[in-house]
Amino acid sequence: MAEAAAMSGYLSGTLAILCINLIFAYGIFVPAAAGQINLGGAGFQAIGAYAAAALSSLAGLPVAYTIPAAMLIAGAIGFLISFPVLRTRGVYLVLATFAFGEMIAGFLLRSEFFGGAIGMVVPAHIELPVLALSAVAVTVATFYLLATRLGLAMRAINDDEAAAAVMGVNVRAVQVTAFTIGAAFAGLSGALYAHNFSFVEAQYFNSLLSIYVLLFVLIGGTQTAWGPLFGSLFFTLLPELLRIGGAWRYVIFGAAIVLMMVVRPEGIVTRALVHRLFRRPAIPAAEMAHGR
Amino acid sequence: MDADPALVVSGVMKRFGGLTVADDISFAVPAGTRMALIGPNGAGKSTLFNLISGVYPLDGGTLLLAGRRIESLPQRLRVRAGLARSFQNIRLMPHLSVVENIMLGQHTIASGLGAQMLPLSWQRGWRQLAEQSLHDAGIDVDPDAEVSGLPYGVRKKIEVVRALMSRPRLLMLDEPAAGLNARETAELSTFLKSVSRDGLTLLVVEHDMAFVHDLCERTLVLNFGRLIYQGPTDAVQDDELVRAAYLGSRRVAATGGRPAA
Repeated sequence: MAEAAAMSGYLSGTLAILCINLIFAYGIFVPAAAGQINLGGAGFQAIGAYAAAALSSLAGLPVAYTIPAAMLIAGAIGFLISFPVLRTRGVYLVLATFAFGEMIAGFLLRSEFFGGAIGMVVPAHIELPVLALSAVAVTVATFYLLATRLGLAMRAINDDEAAAAVMGVNVRAVQVTAFTIGAAFAGLSGALYAHNFSFVEAQYFNSLLSIYVLLFVLIGGTQTAWGPLFGSLFFTLLPELLRIGGAWRYVIFGAAIVLMMVVRPEGIVTRALVHRLFRRPAIPAAEMAHGR
Repeated sequence: MDADPALVVSGVMKRFGGLTVADDISFAVPAGTRMALIGPNGAGKSTLFNLISGVYPLDGGTLLLAGRRIESLPQRLRVRAGLARSFQNIRLMPHLSVVENIMLGQHTIASGLGAQMLPLSWQRGWRQLAEQSLHDAGIDVDPDAEVSGLPYGVRKKIEVVRALMSRPRLLMLDEPAAGLNARETAELSTFLKSVSRDGLTLLVVEHDMAFVHDLCERTLVLNFGRLIYQGPTDAVQDDELVRAAYLGSRRVAATGGRPAA
């Protein structure tokens, strides 16, 4: 009886992490789908977590206000930061976002207002159903976004920015939009984390977390919205499954990541794979040619 | 028909460091004509395309597209003003399907919040237009296939169709026939003639002189960033400066290179 309760606690704990990781991964995926690598993910998650924590503990607001507010604040900061950050390209963009994440973590660690190294207790608590619902909403929203013309423009920029500009795409506006949406999603994941764990500390939002979530996205694949889903599942569940391996599990896990990158350098889920799986019946190209 | 020429290039200058890649280039492309731009390798043909389409800013001179100044507009607004182009190397989006690449070409005409924010699959009209355009150009492939797996000649044609989707006044093609076989080249020429009958103006960089003779009434010749000939395509090989340029006589081309015609 007690064992069953413990199992279900372990299971719901793992599922809660999965939901938070999934939303966080979509926060990194959306700009990545438009060709921008964000290695400052933990910083945006921290903004959402601390915004929710402060509004909950200091202002006593309920989650119905703290979570949307945290998302808005993270999105607004993402919007403002995107202008200087998106002036950089490639590896410099990665470094600029990384520096931003470190700056946020450093600020929170030294800020008296946000509890410094002690962190903050978050009074309002949420359970797994809210997390699951949020994860589903963010997943659906991302699939929707990629199905629009804006999503098409994002994918075009990811493939060839210069050619997209020649097609009349406003590259800068699309990238700012993607970066802002990504920051809002990362902020949402932070707010959910804060309310589920009931406690936030700056040390949690470190560079290793930024690296992990970026790996979720890159290993899952940035070409379709399925990528983060598989990436998050892979990264959240595999370490748990590898627990049997004891101390060796991180070695096995690392080897699995390297193997993945060798076998599928464009991620687990590519567009070609989705096309093969959901192929529509043969297309009327030949029919059209005859039926003039 | 427009009274203004489709494109007027006046005194265009561009230097890359110490190298002058566009040296006081001036010419006009009358609306509805098909004009070729030829010249030896490194003459500055692709650079001129990049200057007109806005990839690089000008160091001097002006550009008029159907009577409107465009030299200080960003690339996307030049597209909206009626300019479309292709690249020397195929620049289709490798991870987009054929029909998505074509629909990307509609980007400037499908403006408005609804067109941007509703799923593309709900906007049947745009997809039908894209599929119809593929069909009209004689491209017989699965519209949902990724372009990276298609033969070179087909991808080359898709790129031309994509450039046409923004309904341009002026279409600039950078070596559209390069790498095509004789049959594909003839098909491309027929297709381009048919689209230019609808009032479209063409400016084409090309090395295949048979293709140029077949398609273009008039020709511009560029050498070392200077325009050394503009006139009928039929007379181009009789021109002294042009012959010198192609035979590689650097001295003649560099000292006497004033626009003829």
